[in-house]
Amino acid sequence: MQSTTQDETVIEISQVSTRFGDHVVHSGIDLEVRRAEIFALIGGSGSGKSTLLREMILLQRPDSGSIRVLGADLQALGDDDAIALRRRWGVMFQHGGLFGALTVTENVGLPLREHTGLADGLIDEIAAWKLSMTGLEPEVGAQYPSELSGGMMKRASLARALALDPELLFLDEPTAGLDPDSAGGVDQLVRRLRDLFGLTIVMITHDLDLLWQVADRVAVLGEGRVQGVGSMSELSRMDNPAIRKFFGGPRGRAAQEQEQQQAGARSSGEPGRPPSKPK
Amino acid sequence: MNPLLAAPAAIAQPTPHELALSGSWTARGIGAIEPQLAALSAPAKPELVVDGARIEALDTAGAWVLQKLLRRLRDEGTAVQVRDLRPGFAKLLEIVGREVAGRTGAPIPVSGAPSSMLEGLGQGAEAAFKQAVALLSFIGESAIAFAGCIAHPSRFRWRPILYNIRSAGFDALPIVGLLSFLLGIVVAYQGADQLRRYGANIFVADLVGLSMLREFAPLIVALIVAGRSGSAYAAQIGTMSVTEEIDAMRTLGIAPLDLLVLPKILALLVALPLLTVFADVLGVFGGMIMAHVQLDVGYGEFLDRFVKAVSPTAFLIGICKAPVFAAIIAVVGCFQGFRTRGGADSVGRHTTLSVVQATFLVIVADALFSIAFSALGL
Repeated sequence: MQSTTQDETVIEISQVSTRFGDHVVHSGIDLEVRRAEIFALIGGSGSGKSTLLREMILLQRPDSGSIRVLGADLQALGDDDAIALRRRWGVMFQHGGLFGALTVTENVGLPLREHTGLADGLIDEIAAWKLSMTGLEPEVGAQYPSELSGGMMKRASLARALALDPELLFLDEPTAGLDPDSAGGVDQLVRRLRDLFGLTIVMITHDLDLLWQVADRVAVLGEGRVQGVGSMSELSRMDNPAIRKFFGGPRGRAAQEQEQQQAGARSSGEPGRPPSKPK
Repeated sequence: MNPLLAAPAAIAQPTPHELALSGSWTARGIGAIEPQLAALSAPAKPELVVDGARIEALDTAGAWVLQKLLRRLRDEGTAVQVRDLRPGFAKLLEIVGREVAGRTGAPIPVSGAPSSMLEGLGQGAEAAFKQAVALLSFIGESAIAFAGCIAHPSRFRWRPILYNIRSAGFDALPIVGLLSFLLGIVVAYQGADQLRRYGANIFVADLVGLSMLREFAPLIVALIVAGRSGSAYAAQIGTMSVTEEIDAMRTLGIAPLDLLVLPKILALLVALPLLTVFADVLGVFGGMIMAHVQLDVGYGEFLDRFVKAVSPTAFLIGICKAPVFAAIIAVVGCFQGFRTRGGADSVGRHTTLSVVQATFLVIVADALFSIAFSALGL
């Protein structure tokens, strides 16, 4: 919520290389994420998207190269600085990562309880509000994660990621495994968060609708490198075969056509998500 | 560190109708001033100006607290006006204000009133009863699966049986040997003083032989195996049912009981009697050494007396308990594994339960054996 210039770089990845044994995952990746943009990482299975995300959130170290997040060099970070940095971002894991021993409200309130001196009543209130912000009913708060459906679990995980008002939000497959209606809800939610709070959002996704409707810029990973960066319409005009794969298939074309139909509608009024294509 | 977190939130009332806010109104900054806010009351004059010019940082938690304060003052009949907020903060406060307004009167979910002692007792009894019924039905299912395997011997899974005999039996030899050896020493040592007083030194062979063979060896083996293997069974099956592996097995047409439970029961049925024999030998050996050291009973003398004092019946009584203990341990471990639901927490709880219940049932069974044998005059 700090007043900053729009073009400030939030994440700067330069020449990152990673290998597991003989298997090379990244060989020299360069990327930049700017403040208040919605940035998506795409790529085939095994292209190292998740590894790159894990490297950005300090769960894994690259073998060489440097990553700067919110101005801090992750390679040269002390323990205290790492904790301070971790409070400034939120992560929503693919399978939620909610603690099974705690109720949903306790899960969402956990970062507040751990890092602030707020009273319990206030923490519960804020947690309930964050839950409602992500579109969950108040009754869900008293349930345990094992009682939730996949979509509710993701929303609860998002609410927990938002608990400390992060400047930066990482989403791992926010719509994977959701029905089209809930996925549409996530589209709107992500955009609303960025518009309301000026969040920078980095996400991994394969959801073409999410990519076309929400992402400002998209990076395509393949063969250990960044194959291309740009908005979806820019990418769709590139000739790189690794990128063409994403647009060539029937699903890619359908999502692109929908986007083009909507481009006209958007200028006239509020964009609604189009009815999803049959899957 | 974020420099914005430096100054905590503060609130001052320079004049009765003015509030001056400063510092960082963030989740980390507002902890200290909460009581102060609660104590704040509306001034006599029905108007109040809130000066937000010196607020350095504002997040949703801070905005939430501030909006709650403003609403409370407003509800008490004060006309509140906020001024000089930075544009970004004003926007955030407005967004949060809409949320607060939308949520007033929304019930905060309460998680069940604390139950009375009687209610708790009743619920506990009901749960215990249900669990006993479930355990019985699990034993029944296992028996049916076993009968099916007898009818079609090709259904027996030999590899897992052999693997379990090795992991629960052979791999347990060192710990079983060491502990029963120490137990033999303790029994002889405790008895030595009493026996010496009556000059009955040689009867140490009776003492060690009968107590080890009839009671201690099967019991110590059962307790070690319950802790070592029973818990492992519960944790393994529990984790598999949490990760839907059990469901996957069912849909692939593999009966989980055939693959997971029967091999474990059969393996323990073989391994436990063998371990008991091993524990008998080491326990008596420990007693023999202690008899020599403490009571000057030579090894030859000890063995002569041992053969006379300890009948094969005593040995067989000990051995025949072992399969019963084995069945209890394997069945309870697998049963608790299958009852695991949810997540990691549940795996831990059911693993603990498997050890506690197996130990309990083993000792109860041992007591029943004692009664039965004394009734039979053995």
